[in-house]
Amino acid sequence: MSAPLVKLTKKDFVSDQEVRWCPGCADFAILAGVQKLMPELGIEREKIVFISGIGCSSRFPYYMNTYGFHGIHGRAPAIATGLKMANPDLNVWVVTGDGDGLSIGGNHLIHALRRNIDLKILLFDNRIYGLTKGQASPTSELGKKTKSSPFGTVDRPFNPLTLALGAGATFVARTTANDMPHMASVLKRAAAHKGSAFVEIWQNCVVFNDGAFDEWSEKDVRDERLLKLEHGKALVYGKGKDKGLRIGGGFTLEMGAADGAVLHDESRDNLSLALALASLEPPWPQVMGVLRAVDRPTVDQLAREQEREAEKAIRGPTTLEALLQSGDTWDVGAGGDA
Amino acid sequence: MTVSAAPRSHVDIQNAVVRFAGDSGDGMQLTGTEFTREAALHGNDLATFPDYPAEIRAPAGTTAGVSGYQIQFAAHEVYSPGDQPDTLVAMNPAALKVHLADLKRGGLLILNEAAFKQADLDRAGWKSNPLTDGTVENYRVIKVDFERLVGKAVEGTGVSAKDASRCKNFYALGLVFWIYSRDTEREEQAIRDRFKKTAPLAEANVRAFKAGYNYGETIEALDAYVIQPARLKPGKYRNVTGNSALALGLIAAAQNAGLRLFYGSYPITPASDILHELSKYRRFHLTTFQAEDEIAAISAAIGASFAGALGITGSSGPGLALKTEAMGLALMTELPLVIINVQRGGPSTGLPTKTEQSDLFQAVYGRNGESPIPVVASRSPADCFDTAYEACRIAIDCRTPVILLSDGSLANGSEPWLLPDVNSLPKIDPNITTDPAGFLPYKRDEKLARPWAIPGTPGLEHRIGGLEKDALTGNISYDAQNHEKMVRTRAEKVRRIADRIDPTEPYFDPDGDVLVIGWGGTYGSITQAVIEARQQGLRVGHVHLRHIFPLPNDLTDVVSRYRNVLVPELNTGQLRLHMRGQLGIESIGLNKIQGKPFHVAEVRSAIESLARRNPLAAEQEIA
Repeated sequence: MSAPLVKLTKKDFVSDQEVRWCPGCADFAILAGVQKLMPELGIEREKIVFISGIGCSSRFPYYMNTYGFHGIHGRAPAIATGLKMANPDLNVWVVTGDGDGLSIGGNHLIHALRRNIDLKILLFDNRIYGLTKGQASPTSELGKKTKSSPFGTVDRPFNPLTLALGAGATFVARTTANDMPHMASVLKRAAAHKGSAFVEIWQNCVVFNDGAFDEWSEKDVRDERLLKLEHGKALVYGKGKDKGLRIGGGFTLEMGAADGAVLHDESRDNLSLALALASLEPPWPQVMGVLRAVDRPTVDQLAREQEREAEKAIRGPTTLEALLQSGDTWDVGAGGDA
Repeated sequence: MTVSAAPRSHVDIQNAVVRFAGDSGDGMQLTGTEFTREAALHGNDLATFPDYPAEIRAPAGTTAGVSGYQIQFAAHEVYSPGDQPDTLVAMNPAALKVHLADLKRGGLLILNEAAFKQADLDRAGWKSNPLTDGTVENYRVIKVDFERLVGKAVEGTGVSAKDASRCKNFYALGLVFWIYSRDTEREEQAIRDRFKKTAPLAEANVRAFKAGYNYGETIEALDAYVIQPARLKPGKYRNVTGNSALALGLIAAAQNAGLRLFYGSYPITPASDILHELSKYRRFHLTTFQAEDEIAAISAAIGASFAGALGITGSSGPGLALKTEAMGLALMTELPLVIINVQRGGPSTGLPTKTEQSDLFQAVYGRNGESPIPVVASRSPADCFDTAYEACRIAIDCRTPVILLSDGSLANGSEPWLLPDVNSLPKIDPNITTDPAGFLPYKRDEKLARPWAIPGTPGLEHRIGGLEKDALTGNISYDAQNHEKMVRTRAEKVRRIADRIDPTEPYFDPDGDVLVIGWGGTYGSITQAVIEARQQGLRVGHVHLRHIFPLPNDLTDVVSRYRNVLVPELNTGQLRLHMRGQLGIESIGLNKIQGKPFHVAEVRSAIESLARRNPLAAEQEIA
């Protein structure tokens, strides 16, 4: 029945459900990007599972013609962890947002990352609560005026990338929904990563936070304000790739000419450069692409290895009957006496 | 001294209650467990009640840090750990202060004399020395200087003075072994096994144990008692705690269903031992997952069930509160899931190490929306196996979350368990769907269960979630009529479980003065109380509910055969209100909320006074 040899197309991953995001929502672009990516993975459709929490982004699984689970607010990484540990053969994707993944579900996100469970985690970041109609989110910039913060927010936002790096994520990347080719390449890298892959996707909310990323990602400014990371290549940006980042004194980065810029190495064990790049704020460019990609054993693999070891062990009961009778037992005879 | 006197008489008795009490660091739980194992292997029937503080090491010598372990063992069937000890071992003045009031008048009191210095008395809050001020004059007191005698016994083993002092619990154990004529060889071997990594410690503990035993032989004030093996039902037995039996029940169910068992849990007293127990058995296709929190534990279990495993999560009341939303998700997605609540004293953090039955409402009624979830309850440590199996069976059969209620006294208490014949356990067919022909995610069978279609199966790709779903396709539906239909269908699915429960047959008298209805860990106390009340000539029946929700259909009929209904509970009357609401049953409550199990005498006197409430009717019936 399973048909890995049949070539699937994007259409095979489109479900029969009407997509109900607002017109102009960047979620459409992400959905299209993911549906286009799926056939390229060479994985049978029945082995792919999309799991989400609550929020606009979390409607995603309904639109994918794969197995899907629309969970409860913030818990998608936990549901996905159970699913993956119960069946490591599945290809499991988590779709979450800045509220779902970083606020109510923050704990599950960081623990999924530290465990390095083999999940692809897509965090749609629009810096606002959309489904509940416009409250500040944990990535809303300081001072932002929203329905829940009419005088401006007073709490500082999370930086999703430094959070993921700090949690020990083995794959950390950022892309934007308004640059389809870049998003496609990042998603493909995430899909290929063995372990927790965390991807922050800038996603514009046209209704409640329109233009949130314009200052960096609009076509006319993006070359100057975004630095696209490429493994083994220099950290350069600007229209003519004429600007670069290099190591300064006291563990800091310095802006300067392209000449002498540091080479980007995603496989670097030490987190300091990745953290420095992830933390850049204006007037510095924002980084896009894969910040970190390192190989570590996944928790789902390790758990199965323990199980195989236990099966090989000579000691201990091997059947249910033997298990029940393990420990000190005694017999009571038909006469009633021991 | 060598024993030259003639062997002393051994007095045959039918049963005894022994309590070991000391500081949290004195090893009283271990001492009690060791004595229990020997009683079990000796063939006695038994019931135990470990009682320990929430603090791992409260300030030494204070009453806050006293840890106790009680066992009743007998030549006949035993239902409860006993109301009052015949023998109390008190390792320090604090233990004496906490436990003396429970000791039977004339009972044997074994004291560690070395621990009764002025500073010790002050720490325990004694105003004067109880050994000399008349406090203990109604008891048979054996004062022993444990420190000195243990110190002498372990001389030459090379253990430090501190380690030597830590052997004194085995000295106490040895002395109690002598008093109850227990076999020392098995215990000696058990001690050597326990300390096999450190030979000097093994030797020191064995010597302390033997010295305690020999001390009994030496002092002439003591009789030795003999309690013959009980005439239990023939078969192979093993002593189990409730948490162990529960873990084994889960494994048995998963194995018989041919499913992987996934246990997601977060550490919490008194449920953690289930996680510990299951973690040992990786080879039984078993995944244990210590989650980052209670919500992750249940969410992961739901994810595992979606993947086609038997997802299980376990906790205690505060943890169940956190899992509430996810239970609703499991109910809505109609996936098998078992949720274990090893109840403890509440509300909030409450009394973590004490027992209570106050989470019945939480289990039956504690969720948002119309969210019926079947609830079953364990009645004894060994019954935890059967109820765990039953909970899994219902969950798989009906594609529903099921709540299993245990409690602290069952979890840590132990009793002999007649091992079940593996082949006679009820069959569990997971009936996993693989055929895409006509597949609809919410099309139901006669039990109203929906198909279990698991990822990895070609052609069955579908999406589920917590939003209301269409009655057949499972797609999101906001249709008004569909919502009402789905709410009623989910309720009817759970209600139909009652149609498949065995008929309710009361124990003891099938009609009469009083019907005692209980649930959960009060089974032992109620059973013994009913036995004793009937010895007074009363006609008493006992129903102990395994199925809390839905309740058995025939319960109203059964109740009508008795003049009074008594419902003893370790809460303020939750089952009473539940039965009134569900079935209109009126009853009288006996309620205790002290973090402790019922004494048999408390239940017995409630039965007796209830029966006496209506003397005229009683006479008419007799005539």
